[in-house]
Amino acid sequence: MDMLVVNNLYKSFGGVKAVSDINMTIDEGEIVGIIGPNGAGKTTFFNLLTGIYNPSSGDIVYKLKEEVSAKSFKPFKMTKYGVARTFQNIRLFKDMTVLENVLIGYHNNFKYGILSSIFHLSSYFKNEKKGNEEVTQLLKIFDLYDKKDTLSKNLPYGEQRKLEIARALASKPKLLLLDEPAAGMNANETKELTKLINWIRKEFDLTIILIEHDMSLVMDICEKLFVFDYGRLIAQGNPESIQKNPKVIKAYLGGE
Amino acid sequence: MKILNKKNILSILAILIVYAIVELLTHLGVIDSYIQLNLILIGINIILAVSLNLITGFTGQFSLGHAAFMSIGAYTSGIVTAKLGLPFIVGIIAAAVVASIAGIIIGIPTLRLRGDYLAIATLGFGEIVKIIAINNDYIGGAVGLNDIPQYTNWTWTYFLVVLTVFIIYNFIKSYHGRACIAIREDEIAAEAMGVNTTYYKILVFTIGAFFAGIAGALYANYFSFIKPDSFGFMKSVDILVIVVFGGLGSISGSIIGAIALSLISVFLQNIPELRMVIYAVILFLIMVYRPQGIMGNVELKLFNKKGGLNGYAGSK
Ligand SMILES: Nc1ncnc2c1ncn2[C@@H]1O[C@H](COP(=O)(O)OP(=O)(O)OP(=O)(O)O)[C@@H](O)[C@H]1O
Ligand SMILES: [Mg+2]
Repeated sequence: MDMLVVNNLYKSFGGVKAVSDINMTIDEGEIVGIIGPNGAGKTTFFNLLTGIYNPSSGDIVYKLKEEVSAKSFKPFKMTKYGVARTFQNIRLFKDMTVLENVLIGYHNNFKYGILSSIFHLSSYFKNEKKGNEEVTQLLKIFDLYDKKDTLSKNLPYGEQRKLEIARALASKPKLLLLDEPAAGMNANETKELTKLINWIRKEFDLTIILIEHDMSLVMDICEKLFVFDYGRLIAQGNPESIQKNPKVIKAYLGGE
Repeated sequence: MKILNKKNILSILAILIVYAIVELLTHLGVIDSYIQLNLILIGINIILAVSLNLITGFTGQFSLGHAAFMSIGAYTSGIVTAKLGLPFIVGIIAAAVVASIAGIIIGIPTLRLRGDYLAIATLGFGEIVKIIAINNDYIGGAVGLNDIPQYTNWTWTYFLVVLTVFIIYNFIKSYHGRACIAIREDEIAAEAMGVNTTYYKILVFTIGAFFAGIAGALYANYFSFIKPDSFGFMKSVDILVIVVFGGLGSISGSIIGAIALSLISVFLQNIPELRMVIYAVILFLIMVYRPQGIMGNVELKLFNKKGGLNGYAGSK
């Protein structure tokens, strides 16, 4: 069952065609990777998928919690649709604790009004208790529970990346978009992260799209790869075929 | 559920004891009308600072128009109690409601603005309010509105301060409040996590203006006389200085800041020029040596999550 369909997607900034004529179909439960040289348009593609940018033309259709197309994307609505993401340049809430960061991810799962928040009515306690329990669960999975009261800016780099994933998961997504989750991690951390991604994918029934430069991670867990170059999708297929694809080799070696 | 736990009862008791002590000292004549005047001014400043802290300290929306909301509240209560002859409680509620409507109105167009631009827009809003007041004869124009009944006393002030702190503190400790802090920390990430930043920005302007309006009502019905100049740009700066001094994002800091800076003004009353110089020096020293303010974003024990005022303590 396809859950994401991208049709003839374009995005240009002034004269720069950051994303150019992308067509893509992602099936439910898949884990796919997007690779490509710097500036290929990968992050821009994520920003289009999450409503941060509007397409110059073309469309994106999700068939998740409901069927929606790019017209109705707004960044804050994406978690309601079932889409959550992390950022290439870590965007944690720096002066908030680890626990609070993940509670923000849980934002849309809280169900009590302003009055209840002001007078701390019983729905406040019920919701906060449930939210705290679920978030605590996540923190334990990510090995961050011992640091729940640490300000997120004081975490080591690798843990900040993990916290971003935990925060995204707290929104209970169906589709998780990871923008270079292993960037800045050492080989050991990357290996551990690979395991973790595999595990959460099964545990939470996720579809995952990840952008990554680390080939060991990509080859390890992705069932399918999409290769971007100069905004275009130049190849797609399983990791083995991509490794042998002459267009891909050329793009990476930089020949014309 | 746990509304009447031990901590909350202790907080309520502490609140009542402070009230009773001041009442008692007033009856004994230890607190004369001069001290009472200053207590009321401190109370008004606490309401203003805590409500501005919600907008600027917690949500990160730099505002230089807070005195304008106070002005709207003051004139509203002035009209309701002096011109219409209605009771003070009606004046207070009307002041809060009208000011919060102004908060919505200023909130919407300023949403697209950040940082300096937002500051300039809110400053412009303050000037517009002042000019409207100056040119409106019904409310006395530049001369001001007088013969406002003197209803404000220690009791009104004290319990309205308690109400303000209670509501804003509880709001902050909810997921709504956390969403506001997330907006301050990183707007794009907050949006990506499902926080409707537009909604929350308007909401905090509305709540902040609501309480500034109440402060205005207390002011108008204490001094019996208000004029547009009383709520100009400098008043907005005064409030901002308190918030920055106490700590952006600390309610206890705003309370301590309001008390400290009100006392400084009292001591320097006869030399108002010096007061502004001292304010500037304080602000300078804070910026250089303690940019996070006296309290940073930390709360005093009484206000601590586990320590009370209804705090949710279930996050073990
Ligand atoms: N907001 C923007 N305004 C102007 N140009 C932009 C903007 N965002 C991206 N670009 C341009 O679009 C192109 C694609 O950038 P993008 O960040 O999507 O690349 P990327 O594949 O994620 O690269 P990297 O691997 O370095 O992260 C680049 O040329 C970039 O300069
Ligand atoms: Mg990128």
